[in-house]
Amino acid sequence: MAANFAFCSPVRSYKLSRGFGGRLLSIQTLWTRSLYTTGSLTSKDLYWNDRYNENEKQFDKILIANRGEIACRVMKTCQRLGIKTVAVHSDVDSLSVHTRMADERICIGPAPTSQSYLQMEKILDAVKLTGAQAVHPGYGFLSENTKFAAELANIGVQFIGPNSKSIFDMGDKIESKRIATKAGVNMIPGHDGVVENADHCVQLANEIGYPVMIKASAGGGGKGMRIAWSDEETRQAFRLSSQEAKSSFGDDRMLIEKFIDNPRHIEIQVLCDQHGNALWLNERECSIQRRNQKVIEEAPSTFVDPAMRKAMGDQAVQMAKAVGYDSAGTVEFLVNSKKEFFFLEMNTRLQVEHPISECITGIDIVHQMIRSAKGHKLLHKQEDIPVDGWAFECRVYAEDPYKSFGMPSIGRLSRYQEPLHIPNVRCDSGIQEGSEISIYYDPMICKLVTYGTNRIEALDTMKKALDSYVIRGVTHNIPLLRDIITEPKFVAGDITTKYLQQVYPDGFQGKKLSDQETTELVALSSALYISDEIRSRQFTNGSKLQASTDIESKWDLSVNLVNEIYKTTVEKITNGFQVHVGNSTVNIDGQMMFHSPLIETTVDGKPSQLQISKRARGGHYNLRFLGTVFPITVLNNFASEMMKLMPKKKEIDISTVVLAPMPGMLKSVSVEAGQKVGEGQEVCVLEAMKMQNSLTAAKSGVIKKVNYKTGETVSENDVIIELE
Amino acid sequence: MAARLTLSRFILQNFNKPIRCVQRTAPLRKYAVVAGTTEHTLAVRDRIADKRKRALLGGGQKRIEKQHQKGKLTARERIQLLVDADSFVEYDMFMEHDCTDFGMEKEKYPGDSVVTGRGKINGRLVFVFSQDFTVFGGSLSGAHAKKVCKIMDQAMLVGAPVIGLNDSGGARIQEGVQSLAGYADIFQRNVEASGVIPQISLIMGPCAGGAVYSPALTDFTFMVKDTSYLFITGPDVVKSVTNEDVTQEELGGAKTHTTVSGVAHNAFDNDVDALLQLREFYNFLPLSNKEPAPLRKCTDRWDRLVSGLDSVVPLETTSAYDIKDVVNGIVDEEDFFEVMPDYAKNIVVGFARMNGRSVGIVGNQPKVAAGCLDINASVKGARFVRFCDAFNIPIITFVDVPGFLPGTHQEYGGIIRHGAKLLYAYAEATVPKITIITRKAYGGAYDVMSSKHLRGDINYAWPTAEVAVMGAKGAVSIIFRGGKNQEQQEKEYVETFANPFPATNRGFVDDIIEPNTTRKRICQDLEILANKVLENPWKKHANMPL
Repeated sequence: MAANFAFCSPVRSYKLSRGFGGRLLSIQTLWTRSLYTTGSLTSKDLYWNDRYNENEKQFDKILIANRGEIACRVMKTCQRLGIKTVAVHSDVDSLSVHTRMADERICIGPAPTSQSYLQMEKILDAVKLTGAQAVHPGYGFLSENTKFAAELANIGVQFIGPNSKSIFDMGDKIESKRIATKAGVNMIPGHDGVVENADHCVQLANEIGYPVMIKASAGGGGKGMRIAWSDEETRQAFRLSSQEAKSSFGDDRMLIEKFIDNPRHIEIQVLCDQHGNALWLNERECSIQRRNQKVIEEAPSTFVDPAMRKAMGDQAVQMAKAVGYDSAGTVEFLVNSKKEFFFLEMNTRLQVEHPISECITGIDIVHQMIRSAKGHKLLHKQEDIPVDGWAFECRVYAEDPYKSFGMPSIGRLSRYQEPLHIPNVRCDSGIQEGSEISIYYDPMICKLVTYGTNRIEALDTMKKALDSYVIRGVTHNIPLLRDIITEPKFVAGDITTKYLQQVYPDGFQGKKLSDQETTELVALSSALYISDEIRSRQFTNGSKLQASTDIESKWDLSVNLVNEIYKTTVEKITNGFQVHVGNSTVNIDGQMMFHSPLIETTVDGKPSQLQISKRARGGHYNLRFLGTVFPITVLNNFASEMMKLMPKKKEIDISTVVLAPMPGMLKSVSVEAGQKVGEGQEVCVLEAMKMQNSLTAAKSGVIKKVNYKTGETVSENDVIIELE
Repeated sequence: MAARLTLSRFILQNFNKPIRCVQRTAPLRKYAVVAGTTEHTLAVRDRIADKRKRALLGGGQKRIEKQHQKGKLTARERIQLLVDADSFVEYDMFMEHDCTDFGMEKEKYPGDSVVTGRGKINGRLVFVFSQDFTVFGGSLSGAHAKKVCKIMDQAMLVGAPVIGLNDSGGARIQEGVQSLAGYADIFQRNVEASGVIPQISLIMGPCAGGAVYSPALTDFTFMVKDTSYLFITGPDVVKSVTNEDVTQEELGGAKTHTTVSGVAHNAFDNDVDALLQLREFYNFLPLSNKEPAPLRKCTDRWDRLVSGLDSVVPLETTSAYDIKDVVNGIVDEEDFFEVMPDYAKNIVVGFARMNGRSVGIVGNQPKVAAGCLDINASVKGARFVRFCDAFNIPIITFVDVPGFLPGTHQEYGGIIRHGAKLLYAYAEATVPKITIITRKAYGGAYDVMSSKHLRGDINYAWPTAEVAVMGAKGAVSIIFRGGKNQEQQEKEYVETFANPFPATNRGFVDDIIEPNTTRKRICQDLEILANKVLENPWKKHANMPL
């Protein structure tokens, strides 16, 4: 049996080529050339547990009906297997990474997705034109479109994903619940109807099991909604809520269902074939979310023990079998504090966060999807699926985390450097230096995945990776990601889907530096300033340079960090600097060069990463430290004294202007110059990233000037309307 | 507090042993036998000490405080911020005005209303004058002018730049023509020094009337936001003559001069920021026209490939992009000191370094007015190119220009003679000239922008370059006048001209290069061109179109 398939060996240290024939060697070459995105020093191969029969048939050419990172992700596996790839792209994507990576490329229309990536006809034409035998839809776009799958079937092309019926069934909320119930999957218990009275309520509560949620049938916004943990509380809750409902909605009909306390979002990756085989590839913890969008995922979950994992996995597989599933999919569960889990829905596609499952199981999920689509049997048994190590995924987005945990931003990546020099880091991205993050597509920059033999190791790698990740030109959410991964509750694994609101009740406001971190940053910026000063006089030509070397070796400085002034003394020592900040002495080992945005030094023996986001001259620097960008001014003591005499600049009165909070297109402008407006009156609507934002006047007054017309695009902080 | 700090520093610097000696030996005076001689000597020493002390205080503590209240620093504080610590050597601390009219003989200040001397900026020599607003409002007396002229003369003699820190109410009215003569003496020196040593003016307070012409004659004029003004006549006179209501700030503030008039080359937030930034600016300049462009140690690899540039020019030829993305990508450490960033934004000029060597950058800015050349852009570009040429700074030009801006406004304004300035400047320049055509190089503007025909040393084209007389639409309507199949003809034209080949085939462009190799190529070329020798024919001076 073992001889049948090439990659069955559980021995991790195997390189792919070891002991195998010529064909595999060529795969090995492909692998090392195209593999990844992953740092070259990984301790083991990424897909050490992937399996297939050596001589099995495979598709010759696959079209990827998607863009960005997922298109690249699928193509990488295709390249590894020697399958030709076809990219489809919009006109603005003509030079993007996925387009250039493919063997063939077809332009399918202009930038808006409705005219390109969602144009089924054009993609079908591209399939016909290129003779692709199969289509991988990625996620989003047409990935869960049954019509698309059916159309492909009509022209004899394989859809790489589940059969249409399972997509259809799982896409229907009622039908999916019906199938799940039938398959014996845990459902959120509740009473299918109106609660008659308090006694009935208590009876139902006991049937369901505490805690329960009693809510008004007509309710909304938390009104008429109560949670009860005992019979007594149930009676009281029923009474109060029905009264409240009556007065608020004029309808006192009440419903009851299980209350999920401290809810976690945990999902199971499943893998099925067309021969009735189904496997579960462990769980993914996806509780860190904002606006129902995942931010950080990990596998496995700290909350799931082996027994629970098996129970969840078995139910997920039952579900998949019940629906006749035959590809990779995900069954989502909601989990409460008592480790009870309840079915939410099934996603019939490759998930964004699939790489973390790949990391801990060693399986190339995309490859297995392709194999299943070709009709091959899965070659793993459930016992071949390990939980090996720990993996995290941070979704690096082009968005401003200081505005409701993430408002989209756009721009050109003027500097972009993935932290791939660090071992055990994988970056799934579809962009590169010079790429444009536009308003047309998802603002995701990269899925940053780190792996370790245990959780702490993976987290430490993630810290270093985030600190070393250079992204310039667009606002990104690394400050938030970096803060979360060191936040005590997160580190302890104590998280729920309400994590962000609970940990940052007033919104994210940047990293709060501890005293020690402050000292480190102050010391680093002092050393940076001195490096800058020394370099400023290293002229190598010119006739009047006799004095160019007479620079001191000890400097007294003032560092202004977050409106606090710190006095420091810097001494140049061999290989670095010694900086005195208050009573502490900080030793910095290493050179500080300005050509690289990333400055790696050793601070008191510990490796440290500092990024120069901006060097604004005159001692002003924007330094990224522990994820957050801090504006810092370093001056000598005299200049600092003089600076105190300088008048504070008046802040622009923003109540007289309406600024664009983000880049986008003006959907409508409802006022004109000379018109009177009241405070809070809507003056224009800005459409950005498919969201419509109503912009209002901050005070009553007369419109002085309207700077943009409907249909025009604006950049962040553009003044759209001025008031008198 | 701060004033005292400065003072104490200067006292420390300037009061040396002999002065302390005076105090120690004071009791001796009584018993001195040869009373006359000793006493006299000691009295003189006392007077010296006293004058020094007074000179350091300028117009006195009260006026210093007033100056601070206005958010301005004193003349001496400014110098101390500008030059390296302990490097300032003062000239003429004892010079006083000699006016005797209107009771002026009773009010004298050692050093009068300006502090002059020399110092070092990052170890390199500089001559400085700093007008002292606390003394007669910084007004220009004969003595004031003499002091300024003296350092200018010496700067010329040894070949080092002059930086003027302007903060003056204007002429010393009490001195009458003496003051006017002083201005003219300075003007004359400004003109003689022009092209010999770099001259920089930093306006840090009022500068009005005739006084404005000295900064105007210098190479660069910088301003401090909110506290500096430059105008020929103030708002009151404007009101009485033209009946216009205008504030001081609107008439001659930093915003006006950096965005509308183009008189100032940049403005900074406050005194401290301005002086510290000026130190960095100074690092780009050679000391005189006899010195090469400064070369500084560089850690940024000269052969670094800039992959981001491969996608900077949009595929759609009508789409805009930011030429500063190109500049920042190519130069050392993304460090680009832009000159006139807010004026005529359709052309970008400024200083940067390539492998440590100072270079001047000129680039059309497709993001603003499609990067076309108009009157303001031509004048801005021309003045910058001439500065670089005068001071041996190689010029790197990025070309993406659809042509000169058409219209009555431009024609009536004299785009012909103003546009000729840029053409003239490029044609006249003998420093190394490297040109990169990133996209469009159309019409006469192609010729102007450092083309091969104007003695460009190295001319490159990116694969996206199109060198042609004009865009397809216009060209087709002329070539195929009245032709029916316009679309087909346009296509034919685009096939023929919308690519770099017409220029490369004729040797007008030396090579087509991948954008990512641009930095590497330029650094190599600059190395070769460092020994370039090219001279224009002898002439008294040229007659450029003004």
